[in-house]
Amino acid sequence: MFAPTPLNRRSYRKQRLARAVFFLMTVALIVPVLVIVGTLVIRGGPAISWEFLFTPPRNFMTEGGILPALVGTVWLVLVALLASVPVGVAAALYLSEYAPDNLLTRTINLAIINLAGVPSIVHALFGVGAFVLFFRIGASILAASLTLAVMTLPVVIVATRESLQAVPQAFREACWNMGATRWQTIRKVVLPNSISGILTGVILEVSRTTGETAPIMFTGAAAFVAFLPESVFDQTMAMSYHLYYLATQATDVPEQTTFGVALVLIAIVLAMNAISIAFRVYLRGQKKW
Amino acid sequence: MDSGARGDHAIETRGLNLWYGDFQALYDVDLTVKRGIITSMIGPSGCGKTTMLRTCNRIIERLGYVRTTGSVYVLGHDIFGDDVELVQVRKQIGMVFQRPNPLPISIRDNVLFGFKLHEARLRRVSAAEEDEVLESSLRQVLLWDTVKDRLDKPATGLSLEEQQKLCIARLLPVKPAVLLMDEPCSALDPAGTEAVEELIWKLRGDYTILIVTHNMAQARRASDECVFMLLGRIIEHGRTEELFLAPEHSETSDYIEGRYG
Repeated sequence: MFAPTPLNRRSYRKQRLARAVFFLMTVALIVPVLVIVGTLVIRGGPAISWEFLFTPPRNFMTEGGILPALVGTVWLVLVALLASVPVGVAAALYLSEYAPDNLLTRTINLAIINLAGVPSIVHALFGVGAFVLFFRIGASILAASLTLAVMTLPVVIVATRESLQAVPQAFREACWNMGATRWQTIRKVVLPNSISGILTGVILEVSRTTGETAPIMFTGAAAFVAFLPESVFDQTMAMSYHLYYLATQATDVPEQTTFGVALVLIAIVLAMNAISIAFRVYLRGQKKW
Repeated sequence: MDSGARGDHAIETRGLNLWYGDFQALYDVDLTVKRGIITSMIGPSGCGKTTMLRTCNRIIERLGYVRTTGSVYVLGHDIFGDDVELVQVRKQIGMVFQRPNPLPISIRDNVLFGFKLHEARLRRVSAAEEDEVLESSLRQVLLWDTVKDRLDKPATGLSLEEQQKLCIARLLPVKPAVLLMDEPCSALDPAGTEAVEELIWKLRGDYTILIVTHNMAQARRASDECVFMLLGRIIEHGRTEELFLAPEHSETSDYIEGRYG
């Protein structure tokens, strides 16, 4: 009575086929990641040493390490965050908690999405025009970081707005009904319950900012600076630009060095992503609704 | 009180119309809710009961596309007046929602949330006074004995019935005059419903209560007066037993006999 009919068998065959196709697609997805990381570890791994990480390059970059680039990247990312996070979070708070749903708000939202889609080289040219030339900051960490900030702003806004909107409306209503103002509601209920999502978005932005090359190329990154940056008005080396330079401009650089730089860069990015994921898992565990 | 007659009523609306965009949800509503009693509102889904309730504390306005005409007096004062501060309106009018919505903080912080927002910013409040407010609020909602040993535990860990009682308790320290309840029992099981109804009945007298319900049996056993709404209009408003035993309008009798709903 319960034996499979030919129709059952046919359905089952199709379902197995579908499953196999989806599985192959998933494998295809992770293969490039494994190949990239594997190549970098094998070919760049031997280059990694204390000296590599903590000394400046020597002899037209053919020897020495990457210290100025590492430090420069940290400066660029930190200054960019200092600029983009306050602006982005404030804008997201306005759009999510205050703005009425009207034509202006919808236009702003559309503009943010479009800003996120602008290619990074266009941001770079904007940075040159606006920060380096118009505001006369000159090619410097500040100009490069502001360019990075403009580029990351839409993502910060969107990530923040999504975490704000994930806070149940019922919490807000509960507050308003006890006579809380919008700001009191935001400070006591909305922000404490969305901060994990906001921070996750910010950390992901850090990893993206770390890897960007185009926006800093004309605005503040230099191929070679012998000293470490002392203020935001200095030019600086940066990991991503250093890699680009080694791979395309410099001559006689040992292959191992180039791969080593790439390995360090990808390690920073992956570490940032891992921190962000761990953080999100931890904070999600803390949530009680 | 700017008008003696109006001051006798907790809520009074005159010619209240309300639109959601182009859709008119309330038509010329004249409703008078007497002080200190429980008034229930019944009617089929979409008849405007919840809209009516949410208009009374102006929470409805957060939907940007809402437009109202007419007037609403609460405790004799026009809540749409020029010098009205929304925060003051909402302090006087507490609201309990269909689904219990405790904040994801401790039981203690939930109860003291409004109190800290208002009282504690005007003057120094001692820890002893906070404890006193906490205990008396929880006692009023018959929850003290259940939660007194876990006041610092998250409120979201309570049962739905306890959560709903907590949501009522946290309104009390702000000393509201009116409690609006939007189907406060519809998310609860029968035992929870009975417990919350018992509580509502206990609060009668100290507070004016306006309660929306889908449950006619509940309206019948737990209210003094009853309002029947249909398609945005008030069809009938009278003493609950009279409205149920001898409704004046055929729409009312059809509804309470379950011919539509």
